[in-house]
Amino acid sequence: MKLTTSGLAGKSFHSAVVGKVSWQPVPRKDRNKFILLSKDIPADREQLRGYRGFLTTAKPTADVEAVPTMFSAQELDHLRTNDIVAMEPANGFIRTLYRPDSSHNVVFATQRCNSNCLMCSQPPRDRDDTEALLQRNLELIRLIDTPPSRLVITGGEPTLLGDRLFKLIAALRDKFPTTYLHMLTNGRMFAWSSYTARLAKVGHPDFMLGIPLYSDDPGVHDYVVQARGAFDQTVLGFQQLARYGVRVEIRVVLHAITIPRLSALADYIYRNFTFAEHVALMGLENIGYAPRNMDQLWIDPADYQDQLESAVEILSTRGLNVSIYNHQLCVLRKSLWKFARKSISDWKNMYLEECRGCGVRDQCGGFFQWATKLHSAHIHALPAHFDGPQ
Amino acid sequence: MARVFLPAAVYSTPGTEYRLLPFRFLRLNEQKEILVNDVGDYFIGPVGTAETLVHRKLSRGSDLYSILKAKQFLIDDSSSPLLDLLATKYRTKYGFIDGFTKLHIFVVTLRCDHSCHYCQVSRQTADKSTYDMSFEIAERSVDLMMQTPAKNITLELQGGEPLLAFDVIRHIVPLAKRKAQFLEKNLDIVVTTNLANATDEMLFYLRDENIKVSTSLDGPAVIHNANRPRPGNDSYELTIRNIERARRIVGYDRVAALMTTTQLSLSHPIEIIDEYVKQDFHSIFLRPISPYGFAVKTKKKTGYGIDAFLDFYRKGLAHILEINKKGYDLAEVYAKILLTKILTPYGTGFVDLQSPAGAGINVLVYNYDGDVYATDESRMLAEMGDHTFRLGNVRKDSRREIFTGDAFVNLVSASCNQSLTGCSDCAFQTYCGSDPIHNHATQGDIFGHRPTSDFCSRNMEVIKHLFQFIAQQDKEILRIFFAWIHNSGLKDVNRMAPS
Repeated sequence: MKLTTSGLAGKSFHSAVVGKVSWQPVPRKDRNKFILLSKDIPADREQLRGYRGFLTTAKPTADVEAVPTMFSAQELDHLRTNDIVAMEPANGFIRTLYRPDSSHNVVFATQRCNSNCLMCSQPPRDRDDTEALLQRNLELIRLIDTPPSRLVITGGEPTLLGDRLFKLIAALRDKFPTTYLHMLTNGRMFAWSSYTARLAKVGHPDFMLGIPLYSDDPGVHDYVVQARGAFDQTVLGFQQLARYGVRVEIRVVLHAITIPRLSALADYIYRNFTFAEHVALMGLENIGYAPRNMDQLWIDPADYQDQLESAVEILSTRGLNVSIYNHQLCVLRKSLWKFARKSISDWKNMYLEECRGCGVRDQCGGFFQWATKLHSAHIHALPAHFDGPQ
Repeated sequence: MARVFLPAAVYSTPGTEYRLLPFRFLRLNEQKEILVNDVGDYFIGPVGTAETLVHRKLSRGSDLYSILKAKQFLIDDSSSPLLDLLATKYRTKYGFIDGFTKLHIFVVTLRCDHSCHYCQVSRQTADKSTYDMSFEIAERSVDLMMQTPAKNITLELQGGEPLLAFDVIRHIVPLAKRKAQFLEKNLDIVVTTNLANATDEMLFYLRDENIKVSTSLDGPAVIHNANRPRPGNDSYELTIRNIERARRIVGYDRVAALMTTTQLSLSHPIEIIDEYVKQDFHSIFLRPISPYGFAVKTKKKTGYGIDAFLDFYRKGLAHILEINKKGYDLAEVYAKILLTKILTPYGTGFVDLQSPAGAGINVLVYNYDGDVYATDESRMLAEMGDHTFRLGNVRKDSRREIFTGDAFVNLVSASCNQSLTGCSDCAFQTYCGSDPIHNHATQGDIFGHRPTSDFCSRNMEVIKHLFQFIAQQDKEILRIFFAWIHNSGLKDVNRMAPS
């Protein structure tokens, strides 16, 4: 599933536009929310009047400049009426921000981050985009009509928005009080009790943070996130969040650096963060920074099933909710299948040649589209009623 | 954009010094020793682990260093912010103190139809006026009870045989409920009864008032009847019939049973446990006899040494684990209490095994005559003429006077095992408790003498025994333990766990 394409910005189109797209003409009174999509440029220019923007695969012509226009779009077929997109004239990007039909929509808070994880799937950029993205996101929220069942705030590190983050969450609280809101954060900012108190005060009715913890050993965690002192801040952050009653999920990415102490980490989580509502044990994504650090990170999932089972045993028997994300069933020990979730976003997952004829494919999360280059050497098709031990 | 990644060594802790955080240790056997810190986290390692740690011979970068740092046995220059974490865990472990006295035992009458060897204090008499709690004392007792800051309180109605004074119960229950509601407290009510005199009307009353029933079952007929004589020698038959009737009327899960271990019981752990299974109970408390009441007087008939009890306990626990493995859920209550302290971040407010001791702090006893005692055992001592732990009387003393009086102040001076000789440096301190009243009764001194204390031997041995199971890392046994801790069944844990 494509989420970004590009085109050529019209000459007088200078600042980014966010709008809902439509393949069909929209009544004039509603046009100020819409970006019209078309393969060709209408002969009657009046037909473009009043739109927020115009997106076309056609080549540039001089006289449609009354409307912010992007010409020569490489592709528009992935867009469906009512998708919300951003047209960025500065770099020619046309980004899909929201798809009403999907349950995997995200609110992208910032590209900045104060960590620099070895396996970051979304490498940060050091440019202050926080105010611009806040305004874009507030506009996005205004444009969404039907309350989504869930939304994820992600980045970058959303807490780098500082006070702006509270504005964003408050806007979501006000417009979609019944939408489950999840925010992915490294949790370091919550070491400051005043910041945590203010987050709690926003009082979103259905809100949870997903915070990664990679080891019970501070040196190992700090190495993975490439930031000295990050472990202490995250751990103190958990404490503050518990104190203010903010719900948390703990996320662990499994790779060669986190696997050796995984059982100890499970015990540490139980002893210190018993209040965690969910622990997600996640397979490595071969994208972003991960490929360039693969020498340190790679371990075949088939080779860490003992450690994974032991960690799940510790967490689950002590009453914590555990899920395993991003793992294919054929490399996951059968005893762990019930913890496996089909977590890969619909626009990112796919299957391999080896999966052809697999009897449990419907239950399997499959692969990230970028996993095709590097994956377990043990991927194989399973019979429909597989129940033998591995 | 090219970002630089730095190697692991850059993030490992610099320097060579580390400092110790409070912990205690003990040799478990020839090979192993155990280290336990102030918040109950433990590490079992080879003999010499503590020495290596204390003499600063632990090398950074070793696995052991990481483990002991993560469990907060040591601290280095990089981990000082995490002292807050230790403080939180300490607060969590001692959370049971919060709210002060939670269990309030009302002795509504001393009269009883049984004449059990190990009891204690009851009287076989029909004289209501002398041995029943008067309405006036009942009212004053409820008043005093409701002054506790605790939000969640339990009222335990006991005796004697409390159902013999049912009019007193009917007076206390609505009064306590009204006051609890007014003060926004959650009130649980339990009646401790042999059920022999329970009419259907009484049981319907207990059902309507949502009162739980705790009764006595010492084992199969041969043991139960020998331990609990009554005219006709039919206590067992009566008890079984009445448990059935109480379950039918009050509610199946509202009826619990407790056993007391006598000398006769000692050679029959299997039969006693099987009786609990036969009667479809899912918890059993392998309790030693208390050195009080008639139990002291009749020591020859009922008493035994602690080694004999421990032998009984170990055999019993092994049998209980086998029963669980076969699919029948049966928790041993004492093990469950200790395992909660050992395997979870939480403490338990079990009044007989906590520090500060439960006496007065977590439990108060309101006697039929208005006297207030620190524990049920203190009341039994008083019945034998020793009034050391009489804290006051509901007629003359206010709550303030009771909790600032000499008797209470004297008692709490020995309430914390953190400051008792022999306990202050014991590895199991966090899991254990102190019992000044037991010390006084058995050793003539509230501080006690650990090397000759049966309280100490019992707990040391039971805790060591549990650690043997824990150290084996047997998945099935650990799952059974967690089933007990969660008040659930092995099937529920299996459903949650890998399978």
